[in-house]
Amino acid sequence: MDDETGALPEGAPALEMRRITKRYPGVLANDEIDLDVRPGEIHALLGENGAGKTTLVNILYGLAAPDEGEILLDGRPVRIASPSDAIAQGIGMVHQHFMLVPVLTVAENIILGDETMTGLVFVDRDEARRRIRALAQQFGFDIDPEARVETLSVGVQQRVEILKALYRQVRILVLDEPTAVLTPQETEEIFAVLRRLAAEGHSIIFISHKLYEVLSIADRITVIRRGKVVGSRVPAETSEEELAELMVGREVQLSVDRGESHPTEPILRVANLRVRDDRGREVVRDVGFEVRAGEILGIAGVAGNGQDELVQALTGLRRPSAGKVLMAGRDVTGASARHLGGAGLGYVPGDRQRFGLVLSFPLDDNLVLTSYHRQPFARGFVRDEAAIDAWAEKAIARFDIRAPSATVLESTLSGGNQQKTVVAREFSRDLKVLILDQPTRGLDVGSIEFIHKLTIAKRDAGAAILLVSAELDEVLELSDRIGVMYRGEIVSISDGSTANREEIGLLMATGGRESGEGATLERAG
Amino acid sequence: MSRLRGLWAEARPVVAVPLGAVVLAMIVASVVALLSSFFTEAGFDPSLPFKVFVGLFGGAFGGLDHIVNTLVNATPLVLAGLAVGFGFKAGLFNIGAQGQFLLGAVAAAGVGAALNEAPPPLAIGAAVSAGTLAGAAWGFIPGALKAWTGAHEVVTTIMLNFIGASLVAFLVLNLLQAPGFSFARTGDLGNAALPNAGFLSADLGRLHLGILLALLAVPAVWWLLYRSTIGFEVRTVGANPDAARYAGMRPGLLIIFTMTASGLLAGLAGATEILGTSHYMIASYGTSVGFDSIAVALLGRSHPVGILFAALLFGALRAGAGPMQLEAHVPSELVDVIQAVILLFLAADLIVRRLFRLRQAKRGIEAVETATETYGRKLVT
Repeated sequence: MDDETGALPEGAPALEMRRITKRYPGVLANDEIDLDVRPGEIHALLGENGAGKTTLVNILYGLAAPDEGEILLDGRPVRIASPSDAIAQGIGMVHQHFMLVPVLTVAENIILGDETMTGLVFVDRDEARRRIRALAQQFGFDIDPEARVETLSVGVQQRVEILKALYRQVRILVLDEPTAVLTPQETEEIFAVLRRLAAEGHSIIFISHKLYEVLSIADRITVIRRGKVVGSRVPAETSEEELAELMVGREVQLSVDRGESHPTEPILRVANLRVRDDRGREVVRDVGFEVRAGEILGIAGVAGNGQDELVQALTGLRRPSAGKVLMAGRDVTGASARHLGGAGLGYVPGDRQRFGLVLSFPLDDNLVLTSYHRQPFARGFVRDEAAIDAWAEKAIARFDIRAPSATVLESTLSGGNQQKTVVAREFSRDLKVLILDQPTRGLDVGSIEFIHKLTIAKRDAGAAILLVSAELDEVLELSDRIGVMYRGEIVSISDGSTANREEIGLLMATGGRESGEGATLERAG
Repeated sequence: MSRLRGLWAEARPVVAVPLGAVVLAMIVASVVALLSSFFTEAGFDPSLPFKVFVGLFGGAFGGLDHIVNTLVNATPLVLAGLAVGFGFKAGLFNIGAQGQFLLGAVAAAGVGAALNEAPPPLAIGAAVSAGTLAGAAWGFIPGALKAWTGAHEVVTTIMLNFIGASLVAFLVLNLLQAPGFSFARTGDLGNAALPNAGFLSADLGRLHLGILLALLAVPAVWWLLYRSTIGFEVRTVGANPDAARYAGMRPGLLIIFTMTASGLLAGLAGATEILGTSHYMIASYGTSVGFDSIAVALLGRSHPVGILFAALLFGALRAGAGPMQLEAHVPSELVDVIQAVILLFLAADLIVRRLFRLRQAKRGIEAVETATETYGRKLVT
């Protein structure tokens, strides 16, 4: 857009945000935040959920209006009232949840909303394809503009999002938690892309809560806590420990001490399980494993390899088409969610807002969502409000749920406190088996630490725990044994204490078919 | 005072939009009345809106007989409004209150006429039960269709309204027609008629037992929704069906239960209307209760107490329409305009919020959006 930016002296900021303040009722989301990003810089914004990172970039992208403060591009003050303003000023954003139309092609998605027309009516597809090819080549993207987006992997879809921004000639690119859905290999690839973009003079704002990633990719790191900038660091002069402490405001234990597990007899046994998805395709193929009392079995895998359907089949939300599930020796294949709950199954679902909570209900109702029908919360079909209140007060205290009262709507709580609601409810049941699906997705460091500790405590109390997560770090950290799921099959089960991050990552990406490393791991399991 | 203010702060997010819609509808009605005066012999009359509302208010509340009239008009709206609102709570749009009301009415009329010489408690009990059961059955059908086949309740209930109206005509013209009248109608109710307060004063002659039933139904439905596990399940299915399944609830059964209970309430509305006010059923019974009740439920935000107030407002509008026409010489149909515009503003609640600068706290947005979601989604799909 503006070729002179590259010529600006090193250090003169491409973007400056000065004293940005944003108030929401009862909350100071941004409190005089200063941020400057230089041309060619990868600038990481680090902070817990609810710290104000997203508010800040929303202001930059025109999705929110600041109450005070100003934004300068190349030293000139600008007003950004909408995302189209932002794009016109050369600011692009890649959201955590991709904004792509699955049935359209890559090219169609990219030009959507910014179509080059021949005449008044027709979209100039050839011109669009030509420009997209040129861009892809320039930045080393391996993308077929004619491929339909739904056929692409998550990592490639993300690159489509980036291309979409580049197509609009942005110079400043904001990425909101870009690695949350990627495998380690895909993460490396996207980092290569980002470095290349930066080398070409683009400025990149990278939002993350993963400390080692921030350290490996960023040129500078700005840490935000409770709406304020609490520090700015250069990776070479800081450490994960320091960043975590800045972020949380106290010393944090970054990895839980898992300790020795003392597994006893198998509680959850799955044999030859086959499950079909909504479209009738078999997405879980002949899966078998067992989880013993007092151990955590982690299932790693890139999202969409059948984990969802596996978990649904184990929790009574989907009927398996074949195979057996035994819980404490009893056949529970195809049993209902209600039956399984009564038999001692606790389940923290992956999508807490869709499955685990009713956001428009108050906190106390959510704390009894799976036990409202049982003593002491109900007698017959009459709710016992006093018992529910008493339990809610106890749960709020014991699980440190930060809420003004038990009657506030769940939707007003932060993500961490919402998840603590689910955890408080499920962990407090009389448990034999606990199934955790992405239990800390999108949570801040403090909440993750808390939930991990609770999980270990439950294990040591004798629960058989199945942890399913696309976050490899979490699986590695908590699991006593690690299984990798690839295209509906569990391709290996290995020992958690000796598991190697790269090997597991490779298995997640390829299933171990091409490399033969899967066999080694299988023996280890 | 401060407690009052606290209560308002609590209620405002939920109540503000309905109140705003009512106020705006009255302003629009005023403009319509003003414009219409250009075309009358009397000519433009700037004081007409004032006269309209004096007429309406006087007609609704200006005297014991007027108040009774308001209550009598509100009674079926309370019950049918609860019916529709109960459906909304489960995320179901029961447009079939009309048909359920008619079926309840004809069943009560038929059974009441057949038992008109039985002892009053038996005759009334049987007639009321017949009406509620008929309504419940007419609600069960779309519920079962939805649960078992996925047929959308909006489509099936609309169809069942037509079928219900035809069934009523068939029954009145054939099985239930009483001899000795110049037109087709059901027989006299005799002992099955609901007792009224006429023994106290002639003005209270229309004040029938059904009003008490409607007033009792409000806390009963509230209790069912907010104090029973079934109500919790109904609300969970309505607010988040996925979470309901996760929690081990059975959405299919709950849909059938909700539609049946909804039909039961609408049937009760029909039964009390016949047994308390109309006293017999004709082949082409004209009523808009089934449809007005949708507006009542929306205006009342699906909450039993809100529905009570909304029904009273609509009842007052109905009661005041005639006197308004007499006093202000404005056609009573202006009341329909007010009702329709209220509904419009409720559906387009963004307009109301903009005009009244309703900056909603997060809590409020949720409460309002749940309601909007409930009917908005159903209207579109």
